[in-house]
Parts: sequence; structure tokens; C-alpha cells
Amino acid sequence: MFRASGRAGREEYQERLSLQRDEGKFAQGKIGLLQYVTVGVFLFLVGGYWNLQIRNEDVYSLKAERNRIKSFPIPAARGKILDRDGRVIVDNHSSFSVLLSRENLQEEHLAPIAEGLNLDYEELVARLNRFRKRPKYQALILKQELTPAEIAFVESHRDPDTFPELELIHTERRVYPGNGFAAHMLGYVGEISESELNQPEFVKNQPGDLVGKTGLERQYNDILTGEDGQRQVLVNNKGEERRVLGFKAAVPGESIQLTIDLDLQTVAELAMEGKRGAVVALDPRNGEVLALTSRPSYDLSKLASRDRGAEWREITTNPEKPLLNRAIQAQLAPGSTFKPFVALSALESGEVDENTSFGCGGGFNFFGRYFHCHKKSGHGGTSLKKALAQSCDVYFYQVGNRIGIDQIAKWAEIAGFGKKTGIDLPAEASGTLPSTKWKIRALRERWYGGDTISVSIGQGYLTATPIQLAHGMGGLVMGGVWHTPHLRKGDAPQKAARKAEIDLTHVRTIMDGVCDVVNGGGTAGRSRLPNGEFCGKTGTAQIASNEYQKAKGIRLKDNAWFVAFAPRVNPEIVVSVLWEEGEHGPDAALIARDVVKAYLDKRARKQYSQGAGEGVQVKLEQPAGLSSGERTAEND
Amino acid sequence: MTESRGLRDVDWTMLLIALLLAGIGILQIYSATQSEEGSSLWWKQLIFVGAGLLVFWVISHFDYHSFLGQAPYLYVVFTVILFGLMIFSRVVLGAKRWISLGGGMKLQPSEFMKIVLVLFMARFLADLKTESLDNVDLMKLMGIVFMPFVLVNLQPDLGTSLCYLPVLAVGLLLAGMNRQQAVVLLLIVMLVLPVGWFVLKDYQRARLTSFLDPAQDPQGSGYQVLQSKIAVGSGGMWGAGVTRGMQIQLQFLPFAHTDFIFAAFAEEHGFIGVVTVLGLYFLLLMQILQNAQTAPDRAGTAICMGVAGILLFHVLENVGMVAGLMPVAGIPLPLMSYGGSNILSVFIMLGLVNNVRLRRFLL
Repeated sequence: MFRASGRAGREEYQERLSLQRDEGKFAQGKIGLLQYVTVGVFLFLVGGYWNLQIRNEDVYSLKAERNRIKSFPIPAARGKILDRDGRVIVDNHSSFSVLLSRENLQEEHLAPIAEGLNLDYEELVARLNRFRKRPKYQALILKQELTPAEIAFVESHRDPDTFPELELIHTERRVYPGNGFAAHMLGYVGEISESELNQPEFVKNQPGDLVGKTGLERQYNDILTGEDGQRQVLVNNKGEERRVLGFKAAVPGESIQLTIDLDLQTVAELAMEGKRGAVVALDPRNGEVLALTSRPSYDLSKLASRDRGAEWREITTNPEKPLLNRAIQAQLAPGSTFKPFVALSALESGEVDENTSFGCGGGFNFFGRYFHCHKKSGHGGTSLKKALAQSCDVYFYQVGNRIGIDQIAKWAEIAGFGKKTGIDLPAEASGTLPSTKWKIRALRERWYGGDTISVSIGQGYLTATPIQLAHGMGGLVMGGVWHTPHLRKGDAPQKAARKAEIDLTHVRTIMDGVCDVVNGGGTAGRSRLPNGEFCGKTGTAQIASNEYQKAKGIRLKDNAWFVAFAPRVNPEIVVSVLWEEGEHGPDAALIARDVVKAYLDKRARKQYSQGAGEGVQVKLEQPAGLSSGERTAEND
Repeated sequence: MTESRGLRDVDWTMLLIALLLAGIGILQIYSATQSEEGSSLWWKQLIFVGAGLLVFWVISHFDYHSFLGQAPYLYVVFTVILFGLMIFSRVVLGAKRWISLGGGMKLQPSEFMKIVLVLFMARFLADLKTESLDNVDLMKLMGIVFMPFVLVNLQPDLGTSLCYLPVLAVGLLLAGMNRQQAVVLLLIVMLVLPVGWFVLKDYQRARLTSFLDPAQDPQGSGYQVLQSKIAVGSGGMWGAGVTRGMQIQLQFLPFAHTDFIFAAFAEEHGFIGVVTVLGLYFLLLMQILQNAQTAPDRAGTAICMGVAGILLFHVLENVGMVAGLMPVAGIPLPLMSYGGSNILSVFIMLGLVNNVRLRRFLL
């Protein structure tokens, strides 16, 4: 190694040392300067690392995590919607969706991606802009229900070298019945909007989620929506998966069972095909809605699908307003279908009894104003039952005049008019129940006797929805127990029942009168069922007053109404029918009859098959609800 | 030719610190590359360090005055090589910094030019007759450094060429540049800087500016700095542990075993590890400057200070860039970054310092 030199003497060293010292003085300050610079550099570096590693550790740890942990959502299937017998109405089918990871998005990829997925480029950019404020790690559902070609496109391009921002995920697509079947009631799902995202109702949702937009899908969105799962993976800088860190399976949404009977619903849908109006059938004993349809309708699957745009424009600009759920939103004069409630008011007020009779000469002169009866020749001497059966207007003019509007309003309100029934659907309308107070409040005008005359036959200021009519009649035939109509089975409707003290003989009188409409030579004799179990009240309501129509030189067809119940004793079903511009109430009765017949037939089939099993004779149920002295089908 | 005093005069402190740093480097190279299949880079680095020790011994053996005698020739030879490389890199697309020595070994002449410059500068200073620097000598000194600076810059290798500047700075400092000259020089630099800006390639400009705001272009030039800062920052106080730095293991951080090895180290060993390693570098530099103080003559002092200047600049630039404190330039971290040229050139430099130390009582 390094051998020491023995030749150099001590003195020589010292001489050189002194020389070196002189030189050292020359360099001394300069070495010191470099030392200071060195100290400064190291302090600067340590300070910088302190700032990064100690002061901002959290910031960078989070960034590091974002870097390497990627999570893919596993969308949960929505719950199914079943009818009362468990038959599937709304189902799911397997489909594929493509996700866009916004973290990895490269702007120049957008155009080729849009092209490959048949998406509108401008629309895509607009959508991305809408989600700009959301955290970047939330992926966006680019497109759902991919076609095989689109799936192939994603599969072949989602590798790290081409479009690393694409991800294919399996989703459950909503499948609705076609032909507009029960569309308003069921509602549809759509991608959550930016405004919905800010509502507390959708606090669990993320952009791109599908949520119920209308109808039951909206009403029971919470139940139907499952819990999305997710897969967390460790990825490297190329986005390649290295390890699965966590997996949470999706929890599918709960299915909901409806009170709807698919058979009755089908009958109602078919009966209303091509018409404008609504049918509501419910069980008056508990408020269960058995059928609910509104026409015109629209194809749900088209609204839930990707070419929603065109369909949406079609529907929203259609003058027939197919988006309106007429069953709960159409607010129209109920016409003569309101007479049973006027009759109830009259009997309960004590001003009129079963035998009170008025003469009908085809019209009624009220302070110089002449109110026509629909029968120009008049009904002659008319009792309450006959007035109901023949729908005598003059009788009800007189009754209304005698008891006054507030007495009518009192009982009509008990029967549920003028307010929402509380059915479990969004956006129900309340209709209008006029009274003296109402008129002052709403129109700042006092009530006139002539106003009462109009309301007495279900016209004037009075409007009602088909569901209100069915609900009102249901409570009436139950002897004064009004159950809240509801679509979801087992929704504890009993609690929501309203009871009123009503003399049951009054109820029986009205029911008899209403049954005569169909079975006793009344206005709807054509719709009689052979067993005489079908009862109901017709209504033919003007859309606008005759004066208005004359002044405008137009002739508007009347709306046809019918409100029915069956069987005549211990009713199990109430049906209301609205046929806009159907002209004749008795025609609406035929629709109600079809629904009731379907119900009674089905019930008979069930009893027959049960009876056959138990060896028991088939028989109609004996009256049980109403007390003695009532009429049965046999002694009618 | 004078002879050294023996084994006990070897600067063991300096050598020990250097070996410690090289050892930490090897461990870190192992950690950063162990997820890659068939990686034996740490093993290669170990061999480089062994070779470095050998070179250290050889360099220490010959009196540094003989190197000073050879310095002008070395300077000419390396300038010619750099010129050749520059021509070559112009013809062949991209940078051409290495000369293949066969057997997969390649050396980077620009790296060794630093040492030649240190020696040439020391010789130049020793030959100076005056205590202060006259303008002619000033121009000469600058010319000596600027020639290779421009050649390497044209390779293009901005990082390495920048490392020549500390040599010039130390040279000017030691030569006794007066205040007036310093001011004029500064003015010239300020005038030349904008011109230099236009000479730079786009990506070089981007690298220089992106450290100020790496988020500006996270996928492009800012990516490395951003990922590097994430690695460093997420290390925290104690670090993630050996082979546990996710930024490195998942390859979010490019060059984790070469230029950005300190980011990998900082992620896995935290602030404690950073301070420890910086402490070692500090001690190393202080030890070198100590040797500058005890050097027997001007040339010896100049050699030690030149080496200190180069190493200080390397540490400042590399450690600083990793934390986003300095612009990104391709400068390895002495002793720790993977690479034969890096290890060998540092051990040559330390050998020279040791050489000066061994002869501190001799002239």
C-alpha cells in the first residue's frame, strides 16, 4: 500500500508545513466561504424535506393513495316490481355499460371514443363539463346497454396503451312492459341529474347513477335502489392491476310487491286503448289499488333507453299530454258521479229523507235562471233513489238549494274531495271542492245560490280526480270508512283510514239508488251484469259551459264518467272511469263493467277451485258488513 | 515524485462515509428494482463500488503533481472525444453520451471531463504568478471551462455540462477574482442567459420551468416532479420501510434507481433517513474541505475545493430536484445513483482528495 517515505526529515517537513501555512492563509477565507455555502445548501435541503415530509405528509400520502388505488363500481340491480300475486311487472336484464375514468382521461381520446361508442361528441363534452366539479376519481357511466359491437370496441381498446380511461362493467338493465302498460304508475329510471344530486333524497347517489324519475320508481326509489359494490385494485403507473385490495359485492335493491292485479290492470289497459282518460280500481275494504291506468301512454323502455331524446320530444310536445297521469292528476268536473255524495249530504243533514220527493218538469227556475235537466221531458215526481237511478238533475238542484253548498262541501270533504287521497305516487293533484269560504279565499267573491245549483250535479267550480272518485265511493259503500289508496302491498293502510259517523240506512239508500242505475232501469242499463252485482253511477260532464261554447262557436264533447262498485252487498271493488270526450257516461260504464266482471270472474274461479279441493259448494259470500234489514241480491 | 506517508494517513473518515453512502445506494437500488424480474442491478453496482475502491487506491498511489503535469494533455484528449461525440450525436438522432467499452460496459466521457477540469484548473492556478486575477487569465480560465461546457451541452446533456460550472466558480474564487470582474461577469451572464434560453430544446425549457408548477402539465414534463414529490412527501417521518415504497414499487416514479434514487430512499426511509444521508454528505464535504485546508500547496487546495464544489452542486441539484426545490436536470446523486461512470468518477475525485491528504506534509 502507501509506503511512508523515510527520506524526508523532520525539519524538512516543518519547513514545508510553514510554507503550506502561508499558502493556507491565501486560501483560508475562501475555504471558509465554501464551508458556509455548504452549510447553507444543507439547511435549505433539510428545510425543503421537512416541509414535504412532515408538514405536508398528509397531502402527499393522500395523493400517493389516489395514485395507486383504483376502485371500480359494481352497480347494484334495482329491485323488481311485482303484482299482488307475485307476478313480475318490471324486471331486469343483464347488460354491459362502459365507464369513463375521469382521472385517466386524455382529452384527445374523447373524439375516437365517442365515435367508437356511437355517442354524440358535443353531448359527451357537455356531460363531462357538468361533472367537472365532482371529484375526479368518480367514474362516469358513458353508455349503458352496449351492443355487441360496442362491447367489442371497449374490450379491444381499454388496454393501457390505447384508451386506459375505459372500463367495461356489467349492469342490470330495467325491462318494462310494452305498449305503454301502466307506464304512469310504474314510472321510469334515468341518469341522476345534477340538481337531483344536491337533494338530500339522493345523498347516497353519484353521478351516472340511475334513479327513479317518476311513478313508483321514484316513490320507492329508496327501496328499489340497492347498494353498489366496488372492487378496489392496486394498479401500477400503467393502470395495470397488480392486486385486488378489496371486493364488496353489490346488494341488489329490494323488490316491491304491489296491490295491483295484473289481470285487472290488463283489462283496464285494453279497455282504454285508443281513448283518453283513466281507470282506477281499488278494494274499498283496505284501500288497495287493483288497477290504475292512464291514457294516452308512452313506452317506458324508450324513456329509459339511450334514444330518449327523440321519444322525450315526441311526448312533451304531444297535445294529448301523454305525460299526465290522468288517474291522479286530471282535475275535471265529475258530473253526475258526484250525486251520491250530494245525496249523502242531503240525508245526513236531515233536510231530506228516503221518501222526500221533488217534481221534475225538465228544468228548474232559480231566480229567473233556468237550469235544465238532462231529460227535457222531465222525470215527474222523483224520490232520492229514482233521482240517483235516473240521474235527475232537477231533484239535485232542489236538494242543493235546500241544504246549501257548505253542507255539500262538509260531506264531500269527508269523502275525500278537494284534497289529495295520499296514494303512494308522486305529484297527485287535489282537485277543487268549492264552498263559501273557498270562493272568498280563492276568487275573492261571495257565494251565489246559482253556484250551489251547478255543484249539486257535479259541475261548476267542482273538480275531482278519478282516484278521488273511486276513493270517495269506496268509503261511502264501506259505510263511512275511507282507506288511503295505496299501491304497495302491506303498507299498513288501516292506520290511515278515516271514519265518519254515518247512518247506515242512508248508505243503503244511496247504494240502492246507485245499483238501480245499472240494474233498475237507470241510465246504465246496458252494462248490467247477469247476476246484478255490478252497480255504479254515470256522469256526463261538460268541459265548458254552453254559453262559453256558443260564444266561441265550438262544440266540445262531454267527458264520460262512471264510478262503480261490486258486489252490491259488501263491495270488494270500486272502479272509477274517466273517458275524456267520451260523451256518454253509460259508455264509460261499459269499461268499468269489464274490470268488475274480470274481478268477479277471477274471484269465482278461485272459489271454485278452492271449493273443488275442499268438496264445498260454490256460493257467493253472504252479506256480513252491514246490519240487518238489508237487501240481498236475491230479493232485489 | 514524492511519496505518501502510509496507510495510517489515508483519509479513513472520508472513505468510510463514501462506502456507507455507496452501501445505502446499493440497498436502495435493490429495493427499487427488486419487483422487476431478473434484476441484478444492485449486484452490478456492488462491482462498480469495488472497482471504485481499486481506482481510489490507484489514484492515491501516484503523486497528484504528476496528474497536474498530464492535465493539459488529458484536457485535449477529452475535448477531442467530446467533440467526436457531439458530431456523432448530431448525426444519430438523440443524445449520445456514452462510449462502449465492450462487454456491456460503457463510460460517459463528459463525466470524467469534470475531473480533468479540476486538475487543469488546479494546474492553471498553480502557474499563476499573481495574487489577483488579471483579465487575460480570467478569459483563459473561462475558456477552459466553456469549451467542454458547450460541447456537452450540444450532445445534448445540460445536466452534466452544468456540473462544470462549480469548477469554474471555485477556480475564480481561488484565483482571486476582484469585485469589478465579478460584476462584469455577472452582467455578461445576465445578457447571455436569454440567448441560452433560446438555444435550449423545448423539453429542456419545460423541465426547467415545470418544477415551479408541476401540476401545470402532470402527464408531461411535470410528471416526474409530481410523482417524485408524492414519493418524498408520503414518506413522512419514518418512511414506508425497505421495499415498501409504493410509489417506487408500482413504478409510478421513473428513474427510481438512477437520477431519482433519493426520492425512493426518502419514501422508504422518511425524514429521518433523509437527514441521516444528508448528514453523511455534509460530513463528507466537510472532510474534503478539511483536506483543502491542510493541502501542501495551492494546487492541492484547488483540487480539494474543486471536488467539493462538484459534489456539493451534485447533491444540491439532485436532492433538490427530487423534492421539487430545483429544476430537473439529469444529474446523478454521487455514490448512490446507479451507474458505473458516477461511481468511478466520484471515487477518482475522492482518490485525488486522499492523494492531496497523503502528501499534506510533503512538497
